[in-house]
Amino acid sequence: MNLRRDVFQAIADPTRRAILLLLASQAMTAGAIAANFDTARPTVSKHLQILTECELLQQQQNGREIYYHLNVLKMKEVDDFIEPFRQMWDDRFNKLEAIMKNYKTEK
Amino acid sequence: MEQKTKIHAEDGKQDLTITREFDLPLELLFKAYEEPNIVEQWMGTKVLKLENRKHGSYQFETTDPKGNKHGFNGVIHEFVPTQKITRTFEMENTRFPIQLEFLEFEKLTEATSKLTMHIVYRSVADRDQMLKLPFAQGINMAHNRIQDILNSLK
Repeated sequence: MNLRRDVFQAIADPTRRAILLLLASQAMTAGAIAANFDTARPTVSKHLQILTECELLQQQQNGREIYYHLNVLKMKEVDDFIEPFRQMWDDRFNKLEAIMKNYKTEK
Repeated sequence: MEQKTKIHAEDGKQDLTITREFDLPLELLFKAYEEPNIVEQWMGTKVLKLENRKHGSYQFETTDPKGNKHGFNGVIHEFVPTQKITRTFEMENTRFPIQLEFLEFEKLTEATSKLTMHIVYRSVADRDQMLKLPFAQGINMAHNRIQDILNSLK
């Protein structure tokens, strides 16, 4: 069975989201990624395979090691990668607005 | 519907601008930046120090769900109530260089106000790296929202 790998499926899993988060700041080997999780190494490999199949990750051979890094172009394609950054600020500002509205009524 | 929070980031530049219009009078918007206990609430961080004056400094500490503590700090260069704050921002123990932030507060009407936040990074690559950071967290939030909707349908 070969399920179609799409980005939505890829990010539906918490471990895969954690992997994307780890790789946001630097490229890492499968071993280094697996060291961050309690899950068995083959499980992490499976997650890396799925993320690579849907092109969110790219592999880069560096000597004997394979490094995984985020494929920024794919992210842009999928969903403008600025949107989460905007959303983060929007959430903060919504909270600020709600708090200050209460503050106003409390006075 | 028009988005209340906007990001303006041009390709190949090392800065960006965040703008937001608030349903709040200017004084209340500014107070949210001035009062440590209010900053704590909306930023979701602990405020260890907040000296609102020229040459003052600030220190925040955020605890993640795993219990790890993350420090943020900066120096305040300008502090003009209801007008502007100019400060640096540093994420401690990360490879991200210090960034410079220009915050400008404006009155729109008696009941509304606007914040313009201009952030300058050390390089284009540093800016793009910073923009990418919430990507994984962002999809996490989106996913939680989807999860909430799914749960409500159960």
